[in-house]
Amino acid sequence: MTRPAEVSAVGRVVLKDGTIVDSRGEQRLDVAMENGVVTEVGIELRGDRLVDARGCVVAPGFVDLHAHLREPGKEEAETIETGSRAGAKGGYTALVAMPNTDPPQDSVAVIDFVREQGKRAGLLEVVPSGCITLGRQGEALAPLAELAAAGVRLFTDDGSGVQNELLMRRAMEYARGLGVTLAQHCEVTSLTKGAVMNECQCCTSLGLPGWPSIAEELMVFRDIELARLTGARVHFLHLSTARSVELVRAAKRDGLPITAEVTPHHLSLDDTRLTSFDTVFKVNPPLRSLGDIAALRAGVRDGTIDALATDHAPHPRRDKELSLDQAPPGMLGLETALGVALGVLDVDLVHLVRIMSTQPAAIAGISDRHGRDIEVGAPANVVVFDPDLSWTVSPDSLSSKSRNTPYVGMTLRGKVRHTFFNGVATVLDGDAQR
Amino acid sequence: MKHLRSIDELGHDGVVRLLELTTHMVEINSRQVPKVPALRGRTVASLFFEDSTRTRLSFETAAKRLSADTMTFSVSTSSVNKGESLRDTVETITDMGVDAFVVRHKSTGIPWQISDWTDACVVNAGDGWHQHPTQALVDCFTVRQALGRDRFDGLTLTIVGDIKHSRVARSNISAFSMLGANVVLVAPPTLLPPDVSHWPVEVSHRLDEVLHRTDILYMLRLQSERMSQGHVPNLREYAEAFGLDARRVGMLPPGAVLMHPGPMNRGVEMLIDPSTLTNSLIHQQVSNGVSVRMAVLFDLLAGESSASHLAQEAS
Repeated sequence: MTRPAEVSAVGRVVLKDGTIVDSRGEQRLDVAMENGVVTEVGIELRGDRLVDARGCVVAPGFVDLHAHLREPGKEEAETIETGSRAGAKGGYTALVAMPNTDPPQDSVAVIDFVREQGKRAGLLEVVPSGCITLGRQGEALAPLAELAAAGVRLFTDDGSGVQNELLMRRAMEYARGLGVTLAQHCEVTSLTKGAVMNECQCCTSLGLPGWPSIAEELMVFRDIELARLTGARVHFLHLSTARSVELVRAAKRDGLPITAEVTPHHLSLDDTRLTSFDTVFKVNPPLRSLGDIAALRAGVRDGTIDALATDHAPHPRRDKELSLDQAPPGMLGLETALGVALGVLDVDLVHLVRIMSTQPAAIAGISDRHGRDIEVGAPANVVVFDPDLSWTVSPDSLSSKSRNTPYVGMTLRGKVRHTFFNGVATVLDGDAQR
Repeated sequence: MKHLRSIDELGHDGVVRLLELTTHMVEINSRQVPKVPALRGRTVASLFFEDSTRTRLSFETAAKRLSADTMTFSVSTSSVNKGESLRDTVETITDMGVDAFVVRHKSTGIPWQISDWTDACVVNAGDGWHQHPTQALVDCFTVRQALGRDRFDGLTLTIVGDIKHSRVARSNISAFSMLGANVVLVAPPTLLPPDVSHWPVEVSHRLDEVLHRTDILYMLRLQSERMSQGHVPNLREYAEAFGLDARRVGMLPPGAVLMHPGPMNRGVEMLIDPSTLTNSLIHQQVSNGVSVRMAVLFDLLAGESSASHLAQEAS
């Protein structure tokens, strides 16, 4: 087998003895890549460089609909380069960059900057999302058409939801004309002032202000009805409650153009984690009850939930060392998503690849180059992961600039072995190549 | 015991131990010179991020009567206002050589966070709406003393008012239940936490319906800011439904006692002057405060041998 450093060199690279998993099912075949595309799929392929994939899944690279890369504005927490590296290690070949940067992604200049920084890092495709409203202030529309012309396909004010019903209606009407998707962070903020954790028995005992489920569900309901009215495509970010899943299920049954994502942490961690008073478990929306977790998992299983998205939210140590009510919400996700998903989701590998690659690529509007079946002519954006390999999360092994992972010390099953972005190895045998 | 952060962490046996120890401290405080050398050479730092003259003075007096050195950190004069993080503050003071931190903060959980950053003992003097364990110990001790019994089986404690935002209520619900009392919470639903079904309590929204079976009536302070947040329409309406007046005092069974953690809102939850009532324990709550906090600091900071020494000295 070839040593890591040699693989990045130009030539025909062959992934040996793995199992291809994509929308067509599972096939035990080798994959050859050259000049950034898949050039051959077959048995016993030869090439200039052979990369071991025995016992591994070979799948289209993962696509994250929800990554906070913090650049520009909060480079202390993450940069586009460090976030890209974390993403590559997690098996991602594309990240949708959330727009709550400083300045926010509400102008072509900032969008171009983010995209260019992504290219400079060269570890995966950074896909900038655009703001729905100027400065994410919820008061006036951002220049959606200009941003769409600059290539933006997904718009969101993530970090906040658009509170004003009229403005949201207008945004949907306008977005429909542009053929772009609006992604909503569902939170009616008048119901969540000062909220730290899920409104539950735990918050009763801890005396922490609660974030009630209904604050999410009211906005999910409102936007489903606005989508029904306007015909706009709406994507729901990080759904966290059982009732939200039910609302989306019903909306899909009605044939509305609605999609939804859920995070690994909302699928795996419940609200009682806050009894440790560890601010790493503070996240928005908050960790919910076991009943909500079960409903989210069922939603993934029956296809109500389209995508697994990380909501990767790096924060520097000193920010997370504030009190629970002052510490910023958010946790890392890119490097642990696969292991968490394999551990908690009762779905087959084909379904897993669908929610981590194919469907998020479609929602992000990048299906021409990501989330494609591993076939001749497809761009060589490929992840190779060992679904059975157990590993223990240690903060020092993370590539993210921040350390706020809730999975410290936990053992996950399933680890990314190699990642290829446009045919170039960004991760080999678990190590970032650049 | 390494820290005193919540009644639940302390547990039944810890509560009983500290109440027994308080009896010795009451004896010390009754002496002509109420001071013993038990904690000589030990240093207690009060870290108060929220104003509370009463609790702070009570702790500092307790430390001094045990001959500990004290230092006081108050937010207004500190480098917290210069952007120093809480962790930096705690680590700096730890480096000066501190044996215990007494901490009050407006945020839940701060005592637990601090205990991750220091080897010193941490005493929770109130964190957010969460816990105020020494107040609960004071209240249990005061009832023990007044009623002359160690267990509260068969007694009903009725806590009236803003349960939702009250660390005193949360601590007392745990402590009094541990000692066998039935606990009844009386408040409008807006001043109750979202889900109390797992608490060992009964809930009522009508004070008049529970007074006749109340042995300990515990009135909580209503902060005026609760009105702007829509918890109650106005003080008059609250006082009408939940305030203690002469008529309601008359509905209590004979022998029932009255408590309040202070400071009182006269004209809101207290419509009569409690000093006119023979069954008020409000003064005892204050005077027992020092003895209870002496017991806590002694338990945390003195070794086993000094404990038996103190017991001998006291007997």
